[in-house]
Amino acid sequence: MGTGDPNGMGMAHALASSMGGIKTAGDLVARMQLNEKMRLTEAKQYVADKLGVSVFDLSDSTVMRTVREELDIGVVTAVPGLAKGLEAKARIAALLGIRINSVERLKAKTGLGALAH
Amino acid sequence: MSSIVTRMGDGGTVQMTRDEIRREIVEGSEAAAVKAKVPVLGENEVDYLVDMFCCPSRVWGVERGHEAVMTKDGGTNTLISSRLSSGIAAPIGRETAVRLFERAFAFDSMEVGHIDYSVKPSKFIVSVEQEHMELLQHTTVFPLFYGFMPNLGLYYRPDGQFENPSDLLPLGRIDEARRTQEEALEACHDDVVWQSRMFAETGCDGINYDTVASTGDAEFLATLRATETISSTTDMPVEVSMAAEMVLGFHGELEYKGTRLAGLWPHQQMKVVEQAGAAIFGPVVNNNSKKSCAWNVARAVTFVKACTADAAIPIHPNVGNGVGGVPMFEVSPMDMVSRASAAMIEIGKADGL
Repeated sequence: MGTGDPNGMGMAHALASSMGGIKTAGDLVARMQLNEKMRLTEAKQYVADKLGVSVFDLSDSTVMRTVREELDIGVVTAVPGLAKGLEAKARIAALLGIRINSVERLKAKTGLGALAH
Repeated sequence: MSSIVTRMGDGGTVQMTRDEIRREIVEGSEAAAVKAKVPVLGENEVDYLVDMFCCPSRVWGVERGHEAVMTKDGGTNTLISSRLSSGIAAPIGRETAVRLFERAFAFDSMEVGHIDYSVKPSKFIVSVEQEHMELLQHTTVFPLFYGFMPNLGLYYRPDGQFENPSDLLPLGRIDEARRTQEEALEACHDDVVWQSRMFAETGCDGINYDTVASTGDAEFLATLRATETISSTTDMPVEVSMAAEMVLGFHGELEYKGTRLAGLWPHQQMKVVEQAGAAIFGPVVNNNSKKSCAWNVARAVTFVKACTADAAIPIHPNVGNGVGGVPMFEVSPMDMVSRASAAMIEIGKADGL
């Protein structure tokens, strides 16, 4: 994206073409692009397979809200008891089979090693 | 013949007929094809853009299921900075701003960055920057980049210690202009690598080198070398986002792995960025504010399509003010931003923005 007022630029792109972040599976597809250099189609398919949903469902907030809660990988609304922040990322790393730097740092700091899921 | 309300590249409203819009789109695509020696858009792609620009709807979007990943340069500056970043100076801290981008705006990823955004000033306050990154990594779920501009220009006088090539070149002192760029790029490279390494320790998900080659081929070379170092020696992926559609040859003779950097177009820049080991490439296509948005969007997606057609890594074109078909105006019109956004994905085949 680029510079622009938050309503005219950020929100316009978010509405027109964004996957939807943790409201859907946007953060997960972004991680596969970043970590594994996957192009969009490959990254979506990988995440869909791991989540057990269709590629089409990945951007559907009505599907992903439930999926994310069931998998306990962080949801967009504030729900007591569900995994937050680093907790959710530890579960995402295990689910997607990827390395997340902050999770690795948590392991190193705490000596927990493989976290319970 | 019915008239269609659309915009010029400066954001001003203009009326055109459907035939005029089609002509603008064809000519915009041809303008890119001639410049970069890449294919023009096909008939179906032109038809899509004509329908898009002729549709009276205020907002356009991609087809359901075609959504792409958003990465954000400039960090949270649009919320907390001033008009220098089209910012609104919201009375909130950076951590709150990042949380809002995750929760309220549902962004796919976000970036932490110094409000000045150049590596040279931000390195002096790196401990503050690291602390913010570490704290945010505890509370957020989406990927968090740290971002900055290499901005080689700050290394030249009067801001920096190296002679300014812009002073030397008009005097015909070509060799001296080249030497000072070669020396400055080493200092810039060292800062970029040092600053990046500081974030590899914080749990940062990626580093974004933004507005790359703003001062031409020397800055591009410094960034490519830094990308190679960070990609190969840390677990932190690198995104390289450009400043303009063509790499200016301020030096003119610099090469990266046998490729002369001056004069490279987006699809050629992508190749050297891939070679350097980057995870994501962000091409830029400049706007012509005297041409229509239809012309500018068609030109931009033609450049980007040539880039995505041959890429092995994800391509996230820049679509901010004055680039990627978005009008050059401080306050962005949603009707044109949403059209540029969708066209980049549907026609340009971008992996994200």
